[in-house]
This record gives sequence, structure tokens and C-alpha cells, in this order.
Amino acid sequence: MTAMISVTGLTKDFVLHTQGGTVIPVFADLHLEVAAGECVCLHGPSGSGKSTLLRSLYANYKPGAGHIRVAHRGEWVDLTQAEPWQVVEVRRHSVGYVSQFLRVIPRVPALEVVAEPAKLVGIAAEEAEARAKALLTRLNIPERLWTIAPATFSGGEQQRVNIARGFVRDYPILLLDEPTASLDAANRQVVIDLILEAKARGVAIVGIFHDAEVREAVANRLFEVTAFQKSAA
Amino acid sequence: MSAAMAMDLAGERRPLLKVDRLTKHYGEQVGCEDVSFVLYPGEVIGIVGESGSGKSTLLNVLSAQMHPTTGTVDYDLRAQGPRDIFTLSEPERRKLMRTDWGIVHQNPRDGLRMNVSAGGNVGERLMAIGARHYGELRREGLDWMTKVELDTSRIDDKPKTFSGGMQQRLQIARNLVTRPRLVFMDEPTGGLDVSVQARLLDLLRGLVRELGIAAIIVTHDLAVVRLLADRLMVMRRGRVVEAGLTDQVLDDPHHPYTQLLVSSVLQV
Repeated sequence: MTAMISVTGLTKDFVLHTQGGTVIPVFADLHLEVAAGECVCLHGPSGSGKSTLLRSLYANYKPGAGHIRVAHRGEWVDLTQAEPWQVVEVRRHSVGYVSQFLRVIPRVPALEVVAEPAKLVGIAAEEAEARAKALLTRLNIPERLWTIAPATFSGGEQQRVNIARGFVRDYPILLLDEPTASLDAANRQVVIDLILEAKARGVAIVGIFHDAEVREAVANRLFEVTAFQKSAA
Repeated sequence: MSAAMAMDLAGERRPLLKVDRLTKHYGEQVGCEDVSFVLYPGEVIGIVGESGSGKSTLLNVLSAQMHPTTGTVDYDLRAQGPRDIFTLSEPERRKLMRTDWGIVHQNPRDGLRMNVSAGGNVGERLMAIGARHYGELRREGLDWMTKVELDTSRIDDKPKTFSGGMQQRLQIARNLVTRPRLVFMDEPTGGLDVSVQARLLDLLRGLVRELGIAAIIVTHDLAVVRLLADRLMVMRRGRVVEAGLTDQVLDDPHHPYTQLLVSSVLQV
């Protein structure tokens, strides 16, 4: 088993300076290893730090202590120490992230939103667009919407555009934050299939899946974030 | 990361701009204090902060429009490599400013010649570096008007007959026509309607990526930097209080002032 993510001693607190310096501890001394072809489901009640951990794995949040090493072009990069440009490189080539909500960019059509990550790593425009079209078709986004900016799409449509964007590149590591939250059964099944295919290709996946059916279909194991909560007592 | 790989990466990433302990005082007043950072080719950096935080002073010093009290700004000149821009002769500095650099002012009137036609505004920088062929200048003018989504039938009209949004787009065309490697922008969406802002931002985003231009953008609008900037510096009272990846600084701000800034934005 090839390790793709190695988290050691990770600690994260939020300090709210605008609210009298309140400290909110999230987790401490957290360890997690994820191998290629494995899907780890972050588990625990709301507020237990699942999203905080997932965002830390994408270097979106800055942990207070510890290391997050990810495989990037045959080397390890520690995201807690990396320069901003290195993080940009890692995100471009090695780590994909599907957030819960699509960040809509004014005037950029859905097809372009989906194809962009592929173009950014040098895939030819026609090839990137062909992949984008295939994914949008699979995710049941009608062709008449492809040329429209997703700002006016429904929540479910936006989420499917977001998922297509996450799968248009074959990232070696994929982070999924509730990818099926506002999808119907048919589209949920498409996402399950996409995840299973990615696993079969050796992609290391970390996700938050509230839906038990999705969780059982894709997860190799559950990772309890609450096990690393600092005990208040 | 292995040493070999680190060297390899260092080799291919040569800084475009290196700012070292830059300080500007106006008498007793602090403009900016002890600012250091490195900008790589193609990188877009945003500088945010409230009015009076020193962000415009910093931009004016970085773009050689003002001398610093202390500190250096090294720029990787095409012909001769890194040079402190404040040691350049006046002709060298002027050449740099109209070829390899672009400066987009908040007020288009400061960056355009209002009594010269739109085509003339676009062609001026090309003529400054030796272009003389009328047909060629005209073709570039039309090409850039298309790129910034201006009606090409307006090429002979003066910018004073344009709307604010059109003037701003013309100013961008005028600056980018010489394919600069570094563009300075001071509140590029400042006085524009929200709908016009979105169009301009999307246009800038496309052009900056397509041409691989590095940019330093000063703004108080966090949405602008979220869309355009790879990295962010937050300024307060002349100092940089927090810096890092744009989404990191905005989504997980650590400094009390950054937290206040982020939490003060109204959600729509």
C-alpha cells in the first residue's frame, strides 16, 4: 500500500479575537494515514471538526502544530511548511477538493468552470472540454445549461457542476465535502460510481459523507475525529 | 522534498520582484513600514486594508512613482537581471514603466489621455518603443479593443465620451498592449457599478491568466482579491499584519485585524 497522505501530530484551535479572544479547540495530536486506492470517511457529529480537518488537508486552514504530508509528483510536500506557490502547485497537480458549494465566477459558463482545472495542467482545450462534456452528461446537466454561468442554477445543479470540476482531472488525492448533500437518488448513484472508479484507479480519497448509503458504498473505513478532541476535563 | 528537487524548483523560479524592508515616512507620519516580500512571474498578489493603512503608499513606492525612506525593490530587468529600481537612471525608469510594467490607476483619467482617440491611447506605448507603421498600430488597437470588449467602431472616439467602465477597460488595454510582465493596479474596480465590476474582474482574470502577467492589486474589496489574487497581504497602520494564500487568509484569518476585516463583510 502506497501512502498518499500522512498527517502527524496535527493540532487546530480557533482563536476568535473579535469575541474576546475565545479559544475553540478542535483537535489535538491527530494522526491519519491514507493509502492510494483507499477511501476514508471522516465521521462524527456536527461540530466535531470533520470539515476543519478536510480543509486543513487542502491547506485552506492553517493548523497550529503538526504536519500534513501529501504525495506530490513523487515527493512529499508538507503543507504546513510549504510556500504559497508550492501549495498552488500541489492543488493544481495533486490534490483536488470538492466543496459543498460552488464558488460562482461571474459570466464564466458551466462548461468552462468544469474544464478549467484540466486546462490549467496543460491538457489541450478540446480534450479538456470533451472530458467536461462527458462528465456533465453523466451528471445529467442538460446541454442547454452548459453555456450559461451557473449563478442561476439550482443547488443540486451547482453541486453537480462542482463535482464534475473535481473529477475532470485525475487528481492522485481527492477531498470530498458532502458531495451528495443535495442530490436525488439517480445522481447520487452517479457520484458513487465516480468515486468507485477513482478508487479503482488508485486515487486516495478523504471525504465527509452524511448519507449512510453513500458511506457504505464507498468508504473503506471510518475515521473518528472526536477521538482526537482535547478533553476539557 | 529532496535537495536536488528543491534546487531544480529554485532554478526555474526566479523572483520577478524582491522587496526588502521597504519603509516610507512622510515626516513624522508612517506611510508603510518594513515591508518585505517576493513576487514570482505570473503571480498575482493582493494588498488589502482600510483607508489610510498604507496600501496605496506601498503601491506608489513599489511602482517607482515615489522614493522610499529606506529599503530596496529589486526588479528582474529583461536585459540585465535584478536591479534596484531606485538606482535606475530616469530614461531607464521611464522605459521600464512604459514597456515591461503597466500601471492601472483607480481613476481612468489619471491613466488615459482624454483628448486622444481610443486607438491613439492603445497605440501610444507601442509608439514609445518604436512602432511606426500606421496599419500595424491600427490593427493592434482594434485587436485590443476586442480583447477588452469595447465596440471597435469607437476606435476614433475620445475616451471622454466613454462611460466609466469603458474608460477603465481602455486603460487596461493601453497598459497590456506591450505585454508587460508586471502590472500595478490601484482599486481597479473602484468607482464602477457592481454589474460593471463583475465584467471587468472576469476580463482581468482571463487576461492575467492567458498572458501569464504578474500583478500587484491594491483594493479594499475582499471579493476582488478572492477572484484575482493567489496571495494576499493585509495591511494596517503601514505594516503587513498577515500574509499568505488568499483563501487561507480569508477563510482562516489569524490576526485580530484580519478577523475583523473578514467578519465585517456583509453576506449577500
